[in-house]
Amino acid sequence: MLNYLLFIATMGSLYGLLALSLNLIWGGAGMVNLGLAGFFAVGAYASALVTTSGHGPILAGWMLALIAGGFAGLVVTLSTTRLREDYLAIVTLGFAEVVRLLAANETWLTHGTDGISGIPGPWKATLGPDFNAAYLAIVLAVLGAVFVLVRRLDRSPYGRVLRAIREDAQVAQVAGKSVLRFKAEAFALSAAIAGLAGALYAHFTSYIAPDLFLPLITIYIFLAVAGGGTGRPAGALVGAYLLMLLLESARFFVELVPSISAVQRAALKELLIAVTLILVLRLAPGGLMPERIPVAPRPRAQGKR
Amino acid sequence: MSLVLQALVNGLVSGTLLAVPAIGFTAMFAVLRFPNFSVSGVATLGAFAGYVAYAASFGLVGSLAVAFAVAGAVGLFFDRTAHLPLVRQGALPAAIASIASGLVLENLVRLGFGNDLRGFDRPIARDIHIADIRVSPQQLETMGMALAVMLAVFAGLAFTRIGKAMRASADNPELAALKGIRPRRVAMMASFVGMGLVGIGGMLLGLDSSIDPLTGTRILLSIFASAVLGGLGSPTGAVLGACLIGVAEELSVLVVGSPYRTAVGFFAILIVLTLRPRGLLGERAF
Repeated sequence: MLNYLLFIATMGSLYGLLALSLNLIWGGAGMVNLGLAGFFAVGAYASALVTTSGHGPILAGWMLALIAGGFAGLVVTLSTTRLREDYLAIVTLGFAEVVRLLAANETWLTHGTDGISGIPGPWKATLGPDFNAAYLAIVLAVLGAVFVLVRRLDRSPYGRVLRAIREDAQVAQVAGKSVLRFKAEAFALSAAIAGLAGALYAHFTSYIAPDLFLPLITIYIFLAVAGGGTGRPAGALVGAYLLMLLLESARFFVELVPSISAVQRAALKELLIAVTLILVLRLAPGGLMPERIPVAPRPRAQGKR
Repeated sequence: MSLVLQALVNGLVSGTLLAVPAIGFTAMFAVLRFPNFSVSGVATLGAFAGYVAYAASFGLVGSLAVAFAVAGAVGLFFDRTAHLPLVRQGALPAAIASIASGLVLENLVRLGFGNDLRGFDRPIARDIHIADIRVSPQQLETMGMALAVMLAVFAGLAFTRIGKAMRASADNPELAALKGIRPRRVAMMASFVGMGLVGIGGMLLGLDSSIDPLTGTRILLSIFASAVLGGLGSPTGAVLGACLIGVAEELSVLVVGSPYRTAVGFFAILIVLTLRPRGLLGERAF
């Protein structure tokens, strides 16, 4: 039971990281990333490969996951940030699919659909049964650090520029802000966070495979951010833990439905999640914790007249 | 050489089939102004509706009509209830909701039919050989039906009142409304016909191979790529884009192997957006 709770808490925190990543660009700059699962996978594979095939230290794997995620984010945005956000939606969706194809078919590197197993956990041998609790502490520490970072960013002049771009990119451009640069930077940072989440996931479960990074994860995170409140890091976090609660209760709920097959159970669960997302978007567009728009400060009198 | 020629022919055949849902997608984008990701689920639904009708001996044309009607009606329902009310907040919330709708449809089909592959039970016929090139009569038949559907769509857009109203609305919604064209009616028509075409597309592509709940998801990127390559909002562009994507996908199999077939659409989109964002025949980058 304790292990189950630890597992739920860790997974919820990893979803929390992904939710912060999505909120940074969706809530912050009004861009979407439908390939979140792809960046998650990039980080997971980068770290897993460094620490298994590369025999590198775990910390190096995590660093590389950050860099790989950010780099992938830059590549994806370079052709699309100039244009409207719906193109970005289409491109990122395709990106996640290509990542999955690469992971499934470049067997020499990724072991294909067999996946990579035996990914080391930090101090796993010494910790023994306490590993899960210790790992949760690590994940929470990372989550806390990222949370503080994005909240500072959110309240800094940088965050204000992003929101200005979200509201009206043209006005921001006229005000002298390089819209393209801000968008690319924000997206890369967001993708780096998603990559780090992937690395933390890989070393937690010690096994990754292409089928673990389905587009469904992206839907989960959209549900978390939409439900918690777009534009507020705390909302995204709350949304992520609520999402975990919803996922687990949906799992128990579909177990209760009599005389249906395992495939049907899985279908019913996905159906519930998708319907919930539509309902949240339709009925509670601001989420549980809507964005607080600060009142613009009164301009100070400019010296003597 | 004959391998390349064969790939070209196969690509043109699959491109013709792909053109049908691509026209539907691009027309909906032109009128409703958001990328409707639920085409994945609607294409699957159309394929299964056609499958059920075909098994109930509706004949090919009758089954296509069923696929059109079911996909159109369900697509319209989701657009009305879930997507269009969100367009007011911007294209993105609507697009996200449409992903969820696609997932709903895919899983409804999965609940009813499971994950097994199913094939249309069509009579077997001998392939036709012209020099070294092989074409099956079934391929020609499905291609002919796709062409007939496209002809009907273009005739409808060119000559009927509602077709003209749709083009006017796509071109300039304010001016169209000013001229007494009711935007709501045009939007509903665009949803119904667009989604109907997507449903037909799902069935046509299923006729050639097999269908399962992921049928639509598999062709989603190809549909998007066709529309973006041709120029979002341009039906003629979508046809041209679909033929090019179909050929490129078949040729890619010769170069990098079949697993990366679906990646072709992604790279086509990236290249088009970098070099010519408005697409081949698009009038503007939206």
